[in-house]
Amino acid sequence: MAVSDVTTTSDTYAGSVRRWPITRLLEDERWLAFVLLLPTMVLLGLFIAYPFVKGVELSVTDAKVGVPGNFVGMQNFVVLLNDSIFRVAVWNTVVYTAVTTVFKLALGLWLALLLNRNFKGKALTRAFILLPFIIPTVLSTFAWKWMFDPTFSVINWTLFRLGLISSRINWLGDPNLALISVIVVNIWRGVPFYAISLLAGLQTINPELQDAAAIDGAKPWQRFWYVTWPLLLPVTLVVVLFSVIQTFADFQLVYVLTGGGPANATQLFATYAYQVGVGTGLLSQGAAISLAMFPVLLVVVIVQLLYIRRVETL
Amino acid sequence: MARVVIRDLNKTFDGVHAVKDVNLEINDKEFVVLVGPSGCGKTTTLRMVAGLESITSGQILIADKIVNELPPMDRDIAMVFQNYALYPHMNVYDNMAFGLKMRRFGRAEIDTRVKAAAEILGIQAQLQRKPRQLSGGQRQRVALGRAIVRHPKVFLFDEPLSNLDAKLRVQMRVEIKKIHARLGTTAIYVTHDQIEAMTLGDRVVVMRDGVVQQVGEPLELYNAPANRFVAGFIGSPAMNFATVTIAADADGLLWANNEGIHIKLPAEVASRLRKHVGENVTLGIRPEDLRVASSSDPADVAFDATVEVVEKLGSEILLDVKVGPSMMAAAVEPTVLAKVRDQLRLALNPDRLYFFDGPTQAAI
Amino acid sequence: MIEGAKWRRWAFFYIPLGAFIFTLLFPFYWMLVTAVRPDSELYRPWNAPNYAPFWTAHPTLDHITYLLQETLFSTWMLNTLLISVAATLISLFCGLLAGYALSRLKFRFAGMLGTAIFITYLVPQTLLFIPLADIVRNFRLGDTPWALILTYPTFLIPFCTWLLMGYFKAIPRELEECARIDGATRWQAMIHIIFPIAVPGILSAGIFAFTLSWNEFIYALVFLSSPTEKTVSVGVTSELIRGDVFYWGSLMAGALLGSIPVAFVYSFFVEYYVAGLTGAVKG
Repeated sequence: MAVSDVTTTSDTYAGSVRRWPITRLLEDERWLAFVLLLPTMVLLGLFIAYPFVKGVELSVTDAKVGVPGNFVGMQNFVVLLNDSIFRVAVWNTVVYTAVTTVFKLALGLWLALLLNRNFKGKALTRAFILLPFIIPTVLSTFAWKWMFDPTFSVINWTLFRLGLISSRINWLGDPNLALISVIVVNIWRGVPFYAISLLAGLQTINPELQDAAAIDGAKPWQRFWYVTWPLLLPVTLVVVLFSVIQTFADFQLVYVLTGGGPANATQLFATYAYQVGVGTGLLSQGAAISLAMFPVLLVVVIVQLLYIRRVETL
Repeated sequence: MARVVIRDLNKTFDGVHAVKDVNLEINDKEFVVLVGPSGCGKTTTLRMVAGLESITSGQILIADKIVNELPPMDRDIAMVFQNYALYPHMNVYDNMAFGLKMRRFGRAEIDTRVKAAAEILGIQAQLQRKPRQLSGGQRQRVALGRAIVRHPKVFLFDEPLSNLDAKLRVQMRVEIKKIHARLGTTAIYVTHDQIEAMTLGDRVVVMRDGVVQQVGEPLELYNAPANRFVAGFIGSPAMNFATVTIAADADGLLWANNEGIHIKLPAEVASRLRKHVGENVTLGIRPEDLRVASSSDPADVAFDATVEVVEKLGSEILLDVKVGPSMMAAAVEPTVLAKVRDQLRLALNPDRLYFFDGPTQAAI
Repeated sequence: MIEGAKWRRWAFFYIPLGAFIFTLLFPFYWMLVTAVRPDSELYRPWNAPNYAPFWTAHPTLDHITYLLQETLFSTWMLNTLLISVAATLISLFCGLLAGYALSRLKFRFAGMLGTAIFITYLVPQTLLFIPLADIVRNFRLGDTPWALILTYPTFLIPFCTWLLMGYFKAIPRELEECARIDGATRWQAMIHIIFPIAVPGILSAGIFAFTLSWNEFIYALVFLSSPTEKTVSVGVTSELIRGDVFYWGSLMAGALLGSIPVAFVYSFFVEYYVAGLTGAVKG
């Protein structure tokens, strides 16, 4: 540096073309990034971070609608532990999530493999198959509620005509059947999402690999198991991650079909939180139920992300 | 039209010292090529001139002004990228006009300049096409056109021909040379291809590991490489190297010896090597300076070789031969009838031997 | 594909695929039939004789007329449209800027912010609706469209940002560098070069965000109370059911009409929607 200092004394710095100060400021990557991120940070801060803090705050008070409430420590959570309905809701949520995920994955993969073949009308089929996923859940669920109607069920009519049943099935009224019915509707809505996402994953797999495996003497199921499935695994894991979170926190489907009933047989975290927090107006208790989802979701996310990272680096 | 001066330029990123103390003066209208293997710092140097990378230390002057702090848009330069970087959503005309629009040129002026550049490059017919409708060569021309219309102080080229096939590459090389001759704009050109460097550059800068190895006119690099790296990098096929021991005989004559070579050094070479007697040095011979020995060749400039590979290129034959412990390539007359595993005697041109110091690799 | 015998193709391809299509689409057919079936046919017990439930001989528009004239259905549709479009535009605006910054600019905490946005992407609405209802009330946004226009972006922005980051990363850096050498500021390069090239991504994100907004339920259910402010999903749920009486004809007509805007947008941009869906998964 010392050497160049001597030689540069006569050099002048080139002046920038005259520009607005703001323009020059935005040429600095850090300032530009700050400005670009500002709207997002404000919105997410106000309506995600702040409610989260507020939720934690609420859950340690005894606030009701219109009543500010006093600090009560962990009392709301203690109440939950001894609340039999809460325990039922936890159990239901776990069953609901586990069963639907297994079925959605299996059926979705099957459908994806079917769609991955070449046939006439493929694009149209794919477009129609996604309908259950894009039509607002509440609205399509009403169609199911009508199909499950105790008196006018078209499903019962069909089964009766086929001679499979002689008396009606009360799909949503029977506590055991209700959870199954809810699960069926969730699977119905979720399969297209799995199928289309996995199809996209399948399409990234080079077909030459299939040919190579076939030449190596692999039978179709071996080609699937040793070639397709391992390559599809990263996409599958991400799809499952999204689906598990959405299902675990599901609300609208159950709200419309059963409202959590009969006798809490289909009560989930979210519906119970709604019932307590909004229905009965016990804000703090409702917030506590919602928040109780958080650790479970966090564990799911962390485990899955770690696993995905491991699979992707393989 | 401008001079570019680079002073004590350094760049470190993430702890890697990518460019080390580079000093370079590029004269007005000069075409300078930076060449070296990938990762040698040539592209980083170019990007610092462009203003796309920050400068860790040192100075860059364009037209005698320090531009260290100037954003790229204010440096009045134009750059041609390896993958052309054509804006895919604009047609050829708008691609070329973009830089002028950003600088608020009038509509008429823009039109004149774009049309003129299109004529120079022969792409008038493609002005309304989108880049994806063009062939590789046409895209390359548009990229050049976009640089030309701006009438910048300096042209920067970042491996502009490496995505083209061999034939087109030769054609575009000539084209670039013509354009430079016509416009006379100062140009800095980065490539890893030494043939491109030799054919295009008024001067060539050879870099390795962030350090300038040698600066010189193309033939200067070929005839008098500063070190073993430059010698090996410039010239194709590459120079042969062999480790030899310098020995003096009873008459005071110097010999270069190893298990396969025993050659007498001419007096002029010997004088430079006198102080290396008894040491191991690297001997360099270009393949084109080797030939199949005839009976008239004295024994002390020839050695035995076993043919391992024969590559018939048409205009010449390239022999890969084993000489003692080392492999060498020899470019011989196409009339030579050599087969694999043949034993040959190769003669060399004793005036065209290169010697490099053992530890420092510098030319002796 | 290696094709087998004809019966194999039927057993392993046509029949399963047909079954999938039938099951996935039947509820929509059922919606349609119910919406145009007169009440006298609608409420026949499931084991009544001579009953053809899959077809109607006397289609009627009564349910649809009732829905449009006697209920606030058209108001709900307009509300939903306004809210969905506004929330989508806000989210696209924020997502474009944030996605660009996170995928293209070097600054401290870039990685951390990216992760933070990915995590908010995974936060379900049901986790925060109770405290959020409180906040919305405190900001005096309760029972106004703003309650939803401002809160929907919380799950749309992370999605848009994440999706657009993928698109931006696929655009060669040189394009922007070339623009900056050509005399554009960073801002101009972003607006004139990067955003136009990312148009397919913007469309995907926009369509996806629009359908997500249209589908949202719990915030709309909790934050809005006046019948005139409600969205379609909430209006249909709360206003078309009187006590225990379900007006199935109008309900199905509502479900059908309420789905049309989404289905309409979807049908025009299927490819973009699918790209959005798969892009969101790939990240």
